[in-house]
This record gives sequence, structure tokens and C-alpha cells, in this order.
Amino acid sequence: MISEAQPMISEAHIHHPNYVKIWAILVVLLMVSLLGSMSSIRSVVLIAAFGVALTKTYLVTTNFMHVNVEKRWVPYLMGIFLAFMVILFAAVAPDVMKHSGLRWSNDAAKHAVESGMQPASTKHE
Amino acid sequence: MSTRPISNTRSVTGIPSARLITWWVIASEIVIFGGLLATYVMHNLGHPEWRAAAMHTNTWLGALNTFVLLTSSLSAVLAFKAADTLDGAKAAKFLRLTALGGTIFLVIKGIEWTREIHEGFVLSSGGFWSFYYVLTGLHGLHVLAGMIILLVVAADAAKNRELQRVECIGLYWHFVDIVWIFLFPLLYIAR
Amino acid sequence: MSTQVPHAEQGIFQKYFWSTDHKIIAMQYLFTGMAMGLIGGYLAYVFRMQLAFPGHSVPGFGIVTPGEYNTVVTMHGSIMIFWVAMPVLIAAFGNFLIPLMIGCDDMAFPRINRLSYQIFLLSAVVLVASFLVKGGAFGGAWTSYPPLSASGAYNLTPLGASLWLVAVALEFVAFLLGGVNFIVTAMNSRAPGMTMYDIPMVVWMIVLASIMFMASVGPLIAGAVMLLFDQTLKTGFYDPARGGDPLLWQHLFWFFGHPEVYVVLLPAIGIVAELLTVFARKKLFGYKTILYTTWATVIISFLVWAHHQFVAGIDPRMANIFSVTTLLVSVPITEMVFLYIATLYGGSIRFHTPMLWAVAFVAEFMIGGVTGIFLGASGTDIYLHDTYFVIAHFHYTFVPIAIFSVFGGLTYWYPKMFGRMLNDTLGKVHFWGTAIPFNLIFIPLFITGAAGDQRRTYNYALFAEQSRPVLQHLRMFATFGLLVMLLFQLVFLFNFFWSLRHGRRAEANPWMANTLEWTVPSPPPHGNFAKLPTVYRGPYEYGVPGRIDDYWPQDVPN
Ligand code: HEM
Ligand SMILES: [Cu+2]
Repeated sequence: MISEAQPMISEAHIHHPNYVKIWAILVVLLMVSLLGSMSSIRSVVLIAAFGVALTKTYLVTTNFMHVNVEKRWVPYLMGIFLAFMVILFAAVAPDVMKHSGLRWSNDAAKHAVESGMQPASTKHE
Repeated sequence: MSTRPISNTRSVTGIPSARLITWWVIASEIVIFGGLLATYVMHNLGHPEWRAAAMHTNTWLGALNTFVLLTSSLSAVLAFKAADTLDGAKAAKFLRLTALGGTIFLVIKGIEWTREIHEGFVLSSGGFWSFYYVLTGLHGLHVLAGMIILLVVAADAAKNRELQRVECIGLYWHFVDIVWIFLFPLLYIAR
Repeated sequence: MSTQVPHAEQGIFQKYFWSTDHKIIAMQYLFTGMAMGLIGGYLAYVFRMQLAFPGHSVPGFGIVTPGEYNTVVTMHGSIMIFWVAMPVLIAAFGNFLIPLMIGCDDMAFPRINRLSYQIFLLSAVVLVASFLVKGGAFGGAWTSYPPLSASGAYNLTPLGASLWLVAVALEFVAFLLGGVNFIVTAMNSRAPGMTMYDIPMVVWMIVLASIMFMASVGPLIAGAVMLLFDQTLKTGFYDPARGGDPLLWQHLFWFFGHPEVYVVLLPAIGIVAELLTVFARKKLFGYKTILYTTWATVIISFLVWAHHQFVAGIDPRMANIFSVTTLLVSVPITEMVFLYIATLYGGSIRFHTPMLWAVAFVAEFMIGGVTGIFLGASGTDIYLHDTYFVIAHFHYTFVPIAIFSVFGGLTYWYPKMFGRMLNDTLGKVHFWGTAIPFNLIFIPLFITGAAGDQRRTYNYALFAEQSRPVLQHLRMFATFGLLVMLLFQLVFLFNFFWSLRHGRRAEANPWMANTLEWTVPSPPPHGNFAKLPTVYRGPYEYGVPGRIDDYWPQDVPN
């Protein structure tokens, strides 16, 4: 069995950033999201949590997964697949997330919300 | 098996086939987790009453697990760096460390589940819990699968074989890490 | 450079069941698909007989109970799409053709390929086994809508319902594994010199279909797990009283389900493209236009899924948007049909059997497409939904796809697959014996549907507002059409198996075609090419002025 070439590890040795430093930043970011979660202002909690998640994703994809030096279409492809999920969300949410709309209403869901909210406000542990 | 077809060694795109197939696998996983997360988010937004249930998840354990996964990602990428310099033994060491991280993650996750089940929150305890168990369970299965592949790749790498796979399992592992990076705020913080 | 030495002492099992050779795996998919096709056809026979002669014992089955009727219809649809169209069009043709047509020795990952088939086989076994469990196989329709599918108390087939989900999920995994392999092989393993625009259309189409499948099926895999838990572990994902939503399943199903119809369509139009050019001896008209059009179709077909849910209670503003996108998606498809007709125009057409199938595909598929316009407009669809008009519509698309193009492709590549020619006369008899009855089945069903016949109805006489006795002769007519069509399939089966032994031996290139698979012996040896080819031109250089031969193989230097 003669093959044309041995499989390559990667075309050329890539530049390796200081991975431990990136990891340290990621851990600090984790702290930030934890700190944020202690805030009593909901929007601060959410922005801290999801801002950190997005930043972490950026750091992991570029530095650990090396998408910045990968062929350009690879991140685009991932982006397209993600975009399909955004479209799915946008078109399904009007039916599933909302419980009433133009000439329709989802009474079962409304009822579930109502009865679910009651004990939360009355019996406060 | 040492015979590999020529089709496996060709690389018209400039991306080696092993890495290329990994990217496509990740793409297909993006839509699996993406679809599940999208449905969770829309349900969650439509059901404010789920927040009471979400109060019962343990943020500290979740954060600890985030830390564990981030660290295991670090050792995965260090394994790749070692493989890049053709140091198979070192790569294997880091891969096994990564798998160890996965084990710790699953143990902590198991402790969480046990606590929650003891408190009476099971799969059928309402919308939030159903999603919680499905999301973390599916993610946990990916961690488990990743660990098995890590160990297989490590066994080969220790003998300086199939070093190109070190990068691929790393990519997959980072992806599983990223999924958790989003599960953490969704299940433990945003409530 | 040499290719793999054939293994001298391979047992039968090693060779035919444990092989990593793409050609063997293609045959495994082909024969499994054909076997499942026989089951699917038998089920169609059972429910058509019940509809034509309600209450009478069906020869070869017996009295059809209402529950059995549901099972039979559900299984017919599931099998034909997931276990016939998918494995044959994508997996069998994809496995056989991709390595040969792009000039390499196998798939990029042969063992993943073998695993793909094994998982597929397992899924088929689970599905067929589900006929035997208590309550019988699933009877909640191939679309498996909750709450019907979520509760055994409603669908009456609790075990069958869960097994169906497991089987479908396994099948998805098999095609994901197969798909990544197809995509990577076509991207990375092409022969030197083969640019993006030298790839034969059918390879492009199978690869695009695999990408589409992959991008659409993810959410449904998650959704299937949720449905399985609703059935077995008392969750309420699809139960509105417990915070869930049944509409969610419909969305997840059709977010996959609509792209899925293009997943099977694309390989079919790819096969037809190869047949049209070879037998018209003409260059494919507008190769790049077809390619870009297909890309547009792929994208747009992700934006139309809710046209299956116009009457499900979705937000009416969404229904408007989805009407528009649905009408939009017919534009690129129409364009493609025009390009195919333009390919025929002025060609020196040879009506061998494969060409008959290809031309019939274009003609019949147009009817399916045109009737889709009525359904895509949400106004008319409110009336036509769930009637036999829908049934007739999608069979005018699916039968050309899963039957016509497959028979066309099989008769065309048969010599390459098995080293012998099929009998052309028998092939033509089979063609007319299939194409004519096909129209006799479904034209009447357009009429009964437009008159209001609901689908998934066990016995019309039982419902006063559905009875319409005047339509009974049309219902019977359709059933007779089916009987004739099924009978003529025996001609094909005979031709297929008889020719394996007794057909005329095929030389390497019996059709004088350009693509690389015709440069190797029929059937190709293990490893395919004695010397791996280099590609010098596109696949469709037929009738080039100034050349003596009217074809110009891709691997011949200038
Ligand atoms: C052999 C010729 C065929 C005949 C006579 C036939 C007949 C029918 C009929 C009458 C129905 C409606 C049953 C009902 O809802 O009451 C049906 C359903 C269906 N058929 Fe076929 N069919 C044939 C081939 C195919 C093929 C080749 C495919 C796909 C590749 C297919 C896919 C389907 C699907 C998806 C359904 C819907 C099942 C459901 O709604 O539960 N059929 N068929
Ligand atoms: Cu559709």
C-alpha cells in the first residue's frame, strides 16, 4: 500500500499564543459573570452573564480553536448554521413564546403561567 | 489499520481531511444544541413562572464546573501545541489531563443532579426542570463521548501515531466547552 | 503509484458485510432500500385496497381495522421517505458515484462510512421489528404530531410510537455520519485538475443535499428526544397545560421536513442532469447557472417550512410571510426545469430506457411543482389542506424523485455496478408500465381531493359529510392504477436479477459518457483506478465541434 503522502498535522506550524494567559483571562471573566449575578438589577445580571459568555466564546474560538487562522469560509459556515437557528427562533417564538396574537390566544399556556406565578408570590420562603 | 486510502490523504481545500470533517461535525452539533437552546429560551421567556424553579440550581457548583471545563480546554490546546512539535508523549499527557477534567466535571454534575433529585426536582417536575435535565444531560453525553475519544487519541499519540487527531479532538472539546459557556448563564444565572 | 492490493482470502462476511469499500457499501444501501421499498409498496397496496373496497378482506393482509389502517399509512410514508428515498438516492448513489466520479479510490473515511450503514441497518431493523410489538407499529402519521404521538392513550400504539422515534433518530445519525463523509470527500479528495466547476452535477447535488440535511435535522433530533421523554418519562414539552407547546413539534418537524423534500429532490435532479446530457449528446445548458440556482434553492427552502402549518393555528402574520417565501422558492426550481429543457433543445436525443425516465421525471415533476403553488398560497391551502389534493401533489413530486430518477439512474449505472447491461426492451416495458399507471393513480386523487376527500380516513362511508359515494369509482380507479403499477414492478425485478447473470457484458463505457467512472472497467476493481486520473475539462463536453468523437472524457489530455 503506497500512499501519496502521509497525512499532515497541519499545513504549517501555526503560531501558538500564550495559552495560559488566555485561560487566566477566561477565569477572570468567569469571576465577572459571578459578580454580576450578585447584583439585584436584572439587566446588570443579564448583561454581565451574556456579555461574558460572548467574550469567552470569542476568546476560545480564536485562540484555542484558531478560527482566525483557519480558512475564511469555516467561520462563515459556522455563522450560517447559527443564523439558521436565529431564523428558527424568530419564526417559532411568535407562536411558542407569546401566548396571544392576532386573533388567537393560548389559554392553556396563560393558565399555566397564572397558576405558576401564584405560589411564588404568596408563599415566600 | 495502517492502510489508508489515497482519498484520505488528499487535501484539495488545504484543510486536512481529519480537521475538515471535525468542522462539519461541529456544524451539525451547532444546530442540535442551537435548536434545543432556541426552544428553551423561547419557552423560558414565555413562562416567567419558571424563574422560581430556576432559583434552585446551585450557581457555585455551576461556576466550579465552568472553571473545570475552561481548564480542561487549556490542557487540550496544550496537547495540540505538543503534537504540533511532534511530541506525542507530552500530547498524550495533556489529553489525559483533559479527560480527567471531563471526569471531574461529570462528578460535580452528578452531585448536583443528586441534590436536585433529593430535593424532589426530577425530569417531570415542570417545564424548567425538563429542559434543565435534557440540556445538561445532552451536554454531559457529549462530555462523556469526548472523554472516550480523548483517551483513544491519547493512546495513539503516546506512540507518536495519528498525531493529526490531537488537534481534532481538541476542536471538538472546545466546542463542548462553548456550549457549557452558554448553558451556565442560561441555567444558573439568568433567572 | 499503485492502489490497494485486493485481499486474497476475504470471507464472504468480510467482503459483503464488513467491507469498507464504497462500492460494497453502496450496494448494501441499495439492496436495503429496495427491500424497504417492497414493504412500503405492499403497505400502499393494503390501504388502497381498504379505500377502494372498505371493510372487505384484503388479499394477503385480511380485514383492515381502523388502528391497522393508521399503522399502515404511517409506516408507508415513513418508510418511503426515510428508508427508501434517502438511502437509495443519497447513500447508494452517493457512495457509488462520489469516489468514482471525482477520481479517487474510496471515501475519505471508509470506516465511518461502514459505521453509517450499520447504524442505518439497525434503524431499519428497529422499524420493521416495531410491527411485531404489542399494539403494532406506530399509527400517529409520519409527521408524528403531538398530542396524538405523545400519548399512547391517543395513538393506541405506545410501544410502536417510541420505537418509531428511536428508529428515526438512528437513521438521522446514520445520514449525518454518511453526509460528513460525502462532503469531506468531495471537497478534499478530488483528482488533480478537477476544479469546482468540473464536478459532475450529481456529485454537487448529493453533497448539497447532505449539507442541507445536516443543517436542518439538528433541532429535530433535539425535538425527538423531547417527544420520546413526553411519551415515556412524563415530561410536558408538548403539553400546553404543563407549560409546553404542541406547535413547537410542528415547527421543529417541518424546519427539517421541508428542506428534507429538497434533500431527496437534489440528488434526483443531479441524476437527471447526467442522463439528459449523455442521451441528448449535448452540453448541460448553464452549468454554473444551475449550480447557483441550486444554492439559492437551498437557502430559500430553509425559509418556507411553516407552509405545512397554515391551518395549525400559527400566527397569521407569519403565514403571510411564509406564503411569499413559498412562492419565491418555486422560481429557482422553475428556472432549473427550463435549463433542463434547453439542454434537450437541438440535441441528438437517444431514447434508451434511462433517457425515458429522465424526460418523464421533468414532465411529471412539473405537475407536482405547479400544484404546489395552490398549496403554498395560504388562502387556497386552508381549503385544500389534508385532502387528497395534497397527497396527489406530493406524490407528483416524490414518485418522480424516488421512482423515476432512481430507475433512470439504476438503468444507466447498472452496467458500471454489475458489469452487465439491463435488457432495454424489458426496461421500456417497465417504464411505460410504471409511468402510465402512476398518472392513473394520482390524477383521480387530485379530483377527489379537490372535492373534499380528507386524507387519513379509514372508511368514508362512516362519515356522513365525507361519504360522497359519487367519488367511490374514482377511489377505486386509483387503486386499480396502483395494482397495475405494482404488477409491472415484477418486470423490473426480473430484469434486474436476470441480467445480473445473463445480461450482455458491459464494456467500460457503454454509453460513451465523459465522467470518470466510465474510464474504469465495469464493475470497477477494488481501489477503482489502476492509475489515478487527472482531469482536464468539465464533465459535459458532448458534441464539441471539430472533434471526431462526439464525447470528450474528462481525463483525456488535450
Ligand atoms: C407505489 C406508489 C404509491 C402509492 C399508490 C401511494 C399512495 C399513497 C396514498 C393513497 C397515501 C395517503 C394515505 C392516507 O393518508 O390516507 C400516501 C401517503 C404517503 N405517501 Fe405514498 N404512495 C406511493 C408511493 C410513495 C413514494 C415513492 C413516496 C415517497 C418517496 C411516498 C410518500 C408518502 C408519504 C410521505 C405519505 C404520507 C403518509 C402520511 O401522511 O401518514 N409514497 N401514499
Ligand atoms: Cu414544504
